[in-house]
Amino acid sequence: MKIFDKLNGLVVPLDRANVDTDAIIPKQYLKSIERTGFGPNLFDGWRYLDPGEPGMDHGKRRPNPDFVLNRPRYRGAQILLARDNFGCGSSREHAPWALADYGLRAIIAPSYADIFYNNSFKNGLLPIVLERDAVDRLFRETEAAPGYTLTVDLAAQTVTTPSGAVFQFEIDAFRKHCLLNGLDDIGLTLEHVDEIRAYEARRRKEAPWLFV
Amino acid sequence: MPRNTLYDKLWDAHVVRQSADGTGLLYIDRHLVHEVTSPQAFEGLRLAGRRPWRVGANLATADHNVPTTERARGIADPVSRLQVQTLDRNCHEFGITEFGMSDPRQGIVHVIGPEQGATLPGMTVVCGDSHTSTHGAFGALAFGIGTSEVEHVLATQCLIQKKSKNMRVRVDGAIPPGVTAKDIVLAIIGRIGTAGGTGCAIEFAGTAIEQLSVEGRMTVCNMAIEAGARAGMIAVDEKTIEYFRGRPYAPRGELWDPAVKAWRELKSDPDAKFDKEVVLNAAEIKPQVTWGTSPEMVVPVDSVVPDPGKEPDSVKRTGMQQALKYMGLEPGTPVREIYLDKIFIGSCTNARIEDLRAAADVVKGKQVAKRIKLAMVVPGSGLVKSEAEKEGLDKIFKDAGFEWRDPGCSMCLAMNADRLEPGERCASTSNRNFEGRQGAGGRTHLVSPAMAAAAAIAGHFVDVREL
Ligand code: SF4
Repeated sequence: MKIFDKLNGLVVPLDRANVDTDAIIPKQYLKSIERTGFGPNLFDGWRYLDPGEPGMDHGKRRPNPDFVLNRPRYRGAQILLARDNFGCGSSREHAPWALADYGLRAIIAPSYADIFYNNSFKNGLLPIVLERDAVDRLFRETEAAPGYTLTVDLAAQTVTTPSGAVFQFEIDAFRKHCLLNGLDDIGLTLEHVDEIRAYEARRRKEAPWLFV
Repeated sequence: MPRNTLYDKLWDAHVVRQSADGTGLLYIDRHLVHEVTSPQAFEGLRLAGRRPWRVGANLATADHNVPTTERARGIADPVSRLQVQTLDRNCHEFGITEFGMSDPRQGIVHVIGPEQGATLPGMTVVCGDSHTSTHGAFGALAFGIGTSEVEHVLATQCLIQKKSKNMRVRVDGAIPPGVTAKDIVLAIIGRIGTAGGTGCAIEFAGTAIEQLSVEGRMTVCNMAIEAGARAGMIAVDEKTIEYFRGRPYAPRGELWDPAVKAWRELKSDPDAKFDKEVVLNAAEIKPQVTWGTSPEMVVPVDSVVPDPGKEPDSVKRTGMQQALKYMGLEPGTPVREIYLDKIFIGSCTNARIEDLRAAADVVKGKQVAKRIKLAMVVPGSGLVKSEAEKEGLDKIFKDAGFEWRDPGCSMCLAMNADRLEPGERCASTSNRNFEGRQGAGGRTHLVSPAMAAAAAIAGHFVDVREL
């Protein structure tokens, strides 16, 4: 797992609620058997005016000038500002892969869909939950000030604006610990091999039909 | 007196270890695998030099990319072909049972799991697919996972999980004629919203849910994810138990009785405590049609496309405006005046035999309207297909002008060749009406199988209660 600790990054505002995983990375790119290379197709349907297929040279396609990620002032953004229920829809981990591959490191939204939220952590992408009022304020400030950046401090669980306003966020201790230290879940679980075996032995007796 | 919910019981029975911070290591009984979300997980396993923890707990099939016509010719698209071949190779290398493209048991992963008795009451069931919630219909704890978690389950047979909140959605009363499980779940989502169940495991209960067949219950649990809940579930009753009798992977012989005894316990205690509770009256539910680009954008068939101008919440209002623009609809348009280009009867929501029977009932002896460019029926599995053919349903559909296809996800998400062209409007029995879901620029209206069939005949939505 990739380490996340502190970040000062340019913010891009995506002013839509219920952004689903089909919008984040459309299905035709899910045919890839790789974990990387999804960045050029992040928000593909909104980002380009012409339809995209895997294997195309996406640099040659026609970008949609109205889509926020294509506006020059947001080039190089590392923090995505979003609305409620971000990442709803499918379980595809291609969604956080695409966001991370594009260069985004953190998302700020009032709420996320569960599976997307979970998947993000596995890829060093930090989904931050802030109150709706705070998110509204960040949208206003970002849109008003080109070059607007935020500082995210995972250890302190804070988001700090250029003017020094600080927003505290919640995150569960286990996920925070894994992200700060870049720990691998499978490795952690395999420290408990004996307990897994003991559980299996007990269940085999209680419910043998589960093991046929 | 214990006061546990069904979810509490399923959770407790599967905790291998509990950490002080509330995360649990949860044992997984059944892992279903498909071609889209597994290649990177197998690759991770290989790179780390790991083997599957318990090979027999896994069952794989190819469903998302498979063609629904002329299957013997293989997959034309080389990228799709490689993904399906990669699944075949991975299953072969690691010794995992796979129902490959030419296996008669192949089908949509959420249809074949129960059909084979590979998902059973009381199990934890996971799959790299959000609609894994379907399997909760049998009193199982079933939820979708990402690819990193697929690898985690393969390697350890466990998942690191935090317990969700308990939510109950009760639907009480008799289900009116013409109203189906699909309408019930769409009405629930319309009521609680697509984030209404976020952070929760939803138990569906009440007399209306009890009346449903197990297949209808699968339809309801299938769309729990569309209400934001990772897991949906329904208590076990005699219908559930009967469903599994004689299925290939279900317990048999001397294991049957003890299994049934354990399954009968799979219900919430009478005074169990839920963090959230919502109650709907079945009598008030009408056939539903979605008008927008989120499953919560849904109205009864006898009403009109809503007006964003009347929505006080600004974020919601913008969402509605964006959806209407995408869908090419005007506020105030009666749902029954929405004309369609294509009809899709299929998907893990509504492609089981009961769904096909319901659709066939409506189209029998009639003709698909001239304006419909394509009306297709895609059975959920090879076994559903052969059962339907045995009953003569294929003939009813073909005589009416429907195409009768081979099983798979098909136009539910259009990863194969079946898709909408930009601007085309489709009545679909699937579960997601997101922008571009059924093809870039395509417009999806979610409905029940009977409603989709009736729309195929009329060329526009009609109220099945008036047929
Ligand atoms: S039928 Fe649709 S929703 Fe179901 S598994 Fe296939 S793609 Fe997913």
